[in-house]
Amino acid sequence: MIVGTKIPRKEGLQKVTGAARYVDDIVFPDMLHGVTVRSTAPRGKIKAIHFAPSIRWNEFTVITAKDIPGKNYVALITYDQPFLADTVINHPEEPVVLLAHHDKHVLEEARRAVTIEVEALPPVLTIEESLAKTQIVWGQDNSPHENIFKEYTVVKGDVAAAFARQDVSLFEAEYATGAQEQLYIENNGMIATYSAQDGVTVWGSMQCPYYVHKGLLPLFALGDDKVRVIQTETGGGFGGKEEYPTLLAGHAALLAMKAGKPVKMIYDRQEDMAATTKRHPSKTRVKSAVTKDGDLVGLDIDFVIDGGAYNTLSPVVLSRGTIHSAGPYHTPNVRVHSRAVATNSPPHGAFRGFGAPQSIFALERHLDEVARKMALDPVALRKRNFIRQGETTATSQTIREPVDLAAVLDKALAAADYDAKKKRFLAMNPSSVVKRGIGFATFMHGAGFTGSGEKTLASVVGVEALANGHVRVLAASTEIGQGTNTVFAQIVSDTLALPYDMIDVAQPDTRDVPNSGPTVASRTCMVVGKLVQSAAIGLEQTLVNAGDYKHGAGADAFAAACAKYIAKHGSLKCYSQYQQPANVEWDDKKYQGDAYATYAWAAYVAEVSVDMATYEIRCDDFVAAQEIGRVVHPVLAEGQIEGGVAQGIGYAIYEKVVWKEGRMANGQMTNYIMPTSADAPPIRVLFDEQPSPHGPFGAKGIGELPMDGPAPAILNAIAMALDVSPRAIPFLPEDLMALVKK
Amino acid sequence: MIDVKCRLNGKEHTLRGHSMARLLDVIREEAKLTGTKEGCGEGECGACSVLIDGVLVDSCLVPLAQVQGAEITTIEGVAHSKHQKLQQAFIEHGGAQCGICTPGMIIASAALIDRCQGRVPNTAEVREALAGNLCRCTGYMKIIDAVQAAAKP
Ligand code: FES
Ligand code: FES
Repeated sequence: MIVGTKIPRKEGLQKVTGAARYVDDIVFPDMLHGVTVRSTAPRGKIKAIHFAPSIRWNEFTVITAKDIPGKNYVALITYDQPFLADTVINHPEEPVVLLAHHDKHVLEEARRAVTIEVEALPPVLTIEESLAKTQIVWGQDNSPHENIFKEYTVVKGDVAAAFARQDVSLFEAEYATGAQEQLYIENNGMIATYSAQDGVTVWGSMQCPYYVHKGLLPLFALGDDKVRVIQTETGGGFGGKEEYPTLLAGHAALLAMKAGKPVKMIYDRQEDMAATTKRHPSKTRVKSAVTKDGDLVGLDIDFVIDGGAYNTLSPVVLSRGTIHSAGPYHTPNVRVHSRAVATNSPPHGAFRGFGAPQSIFALERHLDEVARKMALDPVALRKRNFIRQGETTATSQTIREPVDLAAVLDKALAAADYDAKKKRFLAMNPSSVVKRGIGFATFMHGAGFTGSGEKTLASVVGVEALANGHVRVLAASTEIGQGTNTVFAQIVSDTLALPYDMIDVAQPDTRDVPNSGPTVASRTCMVVGKLVQSAAIGLEQTLVNAGDYKHGAGADAFAAACAKYIAKHGSLKCYSQYQQPANVEWDDKKYQGDAYATYAWAAYVAEVSVDMATYEIRCDDFVAAQEIGRVVHPVLAEGQIEGGVAQGIGYAIYEKVVWKEGRMANGQMTNYIMPTSADAPPIRVLFDEQPSPHGPFGAKGIGELPMDGPAPAILNAIAMALDVSPRAIPFLPEDLMALVKK
Repeated sequence: MIDVKCRLNGKEHTLRGHSMARLLDVIREEAKLTGTKEGCGEGECGACSVLIDGVLVDSCLVPLAQVQGAEITTIEGVAHSKHQKLQQAFIEHGGAQCGICTPGMIIASAALIDRCQGRVPNTAEVREALAGNLCRCTGYMKIIDAVQAAAKP
């Protein structure tokens, strides 16, 4: 078995030698560079576009909305976002004009020589303004849904009755989370070519080749086979390369078509930070009803996220945030009302956790505040209310698999030495300038698409055997650092009892690989991995049926059987398509049922120190314990958790997007600060393994999970250290100063 | 346009470009060594790290004119040096995820190991030495493991 071992990463050698080819490393002969000219106002009407006479424009390829051969919208959930603004401006980074030229330096000058004359309209810049409908910036139809992309209501039990009970205390508070930049170290980039014969081909950094493919078809009014999308080595995604690459691919391809030459577009850091998607800012009002013993009998949650100017993926982000908002607790009476609203900032989008970190922050902070007000132990309060096997979530999903979150929490607390440290810090803090705190959060995270999502996707994976016995996985699931190539190879290797070195993973190229769905939602290992496994089984079965092979007969026998089969039939491929498991049911109208096939369960503990002289806040130690099903690759799995925790620490106490008229004002690494190696604490990762029937070899999804816990754990630790109630992140020294001076 | 003579990964080289051209661009576009990456272009991320006469620098901040006669080491030069061990350790310990920070990280780690002269740097030293190299994927733990493993004589 190599599942469960730390076999070297498939593409490791290329990465450590600098040989791996990212999009900016690729150069085509006679290639042009492309840039984008963007709006400057957050909202308005385009009156005119002026091209300064100082530039020889005939040397440039120039594109505006008028040049679009097909439809001017990015095909995603709705078709509201244009590739290029034509008459209306809805956010300050709206692309309006595209320019291409051989020389990057000349291009930069030209970009500055284009002026977009905008008749400004009053913008909506906050959740509050959007809800108050000071201006209607999306969906003008005189309905209650103006400015609202999506709204959900989840009801379980009778919340009003729970809140009216005589034996409960009621609590209410509002929590807020800020935007967060994904900050993959490789910026977004694409290269496009066009020819009448082959149509459009794009190479680039992306998570979802088939999203790009789907988006380019209407833009160029071309058939399926005339658009080809190839993923190049991708330097991180974290959701930030889920939907945005479609826009950039469209831009590069429009330029390439008009120029008749390859065009490369690479964003610089500032453009990438300002113009591309970020995590949705949120506001959550939590009301709870708790008995004196600590039974959480009612939860009433109002959750709102800022979707920015266009719908993009906000309904799906909202969905995940909504479903996770009531946490891993069996509360009998729950009402969640949630909305994604429109504002005039660039669309907010996918970012690891996908809405869950926002609503989980609110609930986990809230429960600590409840414990504090009721003088209950926060550990005991959580444990009393944890979902156990056979109990139900907020969507009335019965948890059928064994779960013991209390054990996971105990493990985390023991590793962090929680009790002793808490006691010690409480004793020392009054006489110390540096206050120390320890806090935790408990949570769950659903793996795969929400509800009927996987059924709708109906993903397909292929496996191909070559005459030398090597097996290639054919999937559009991308390697973006998380280990897709390695994990798929491990799964095939163990399924077929063949050496790891005989398994390769094809480069995602829409011409060659089937649509295995997007690389998102912690679905790649669990959902796609299971399809990889069943396709591999099918492939082997073909050889067995041909009478040439027996499972476990060894690499040579396998190669001989493949050679024989391919000589006779030309090729040997087997495909597998997703089938919804029989007992997974979801009601999309009522938002009730099995929201996810399975969940990962976690307890994270953070230790902080707060210097009351300088207001510096540090996270000094971190323990992340989780039950994630079978661990397919311990080093990769730990790496996922550690990296996610570091991002979560950034979310909590470092990373602040400063907004000015709907635009990110600090779009540089100098003033948008992510944790460095000197800032990040030691992170200890602990796994419990409860194999799940839904994933290959019992695996579940883990990619997003670690983003959920750090922020509430850290803020709970700060609350303990200072005896305060911080309710918003990011929580920076200036926020601390404001809080203690109040 | 100027011609700059230097040693690049142990070989004599003449680099041609504008005197103010960023060394990063010249290495990538003129010398066609694309292992050195750009992450920010302003000296914050360290993805463009190279060694100039053994000293760790951000090549996005260095104008071409400044490397006249210098000895430059990029990631492509590491494979043939004593620091090849670092590359192996990054693979084994999971120090490279998406890999975009990795060339810079390995260059910065090589500079640290050189400074330590056979001693294994402690965790705090490694954290300090790599603080100019941002990694968004790993949380740094596995990178630190890799550096310490490679530093063992
Ligand atoms: S590109 Fe040079 S430091 Fe970031
Ligand atoms: S491995 Fe991706 S940024 Fe470091």
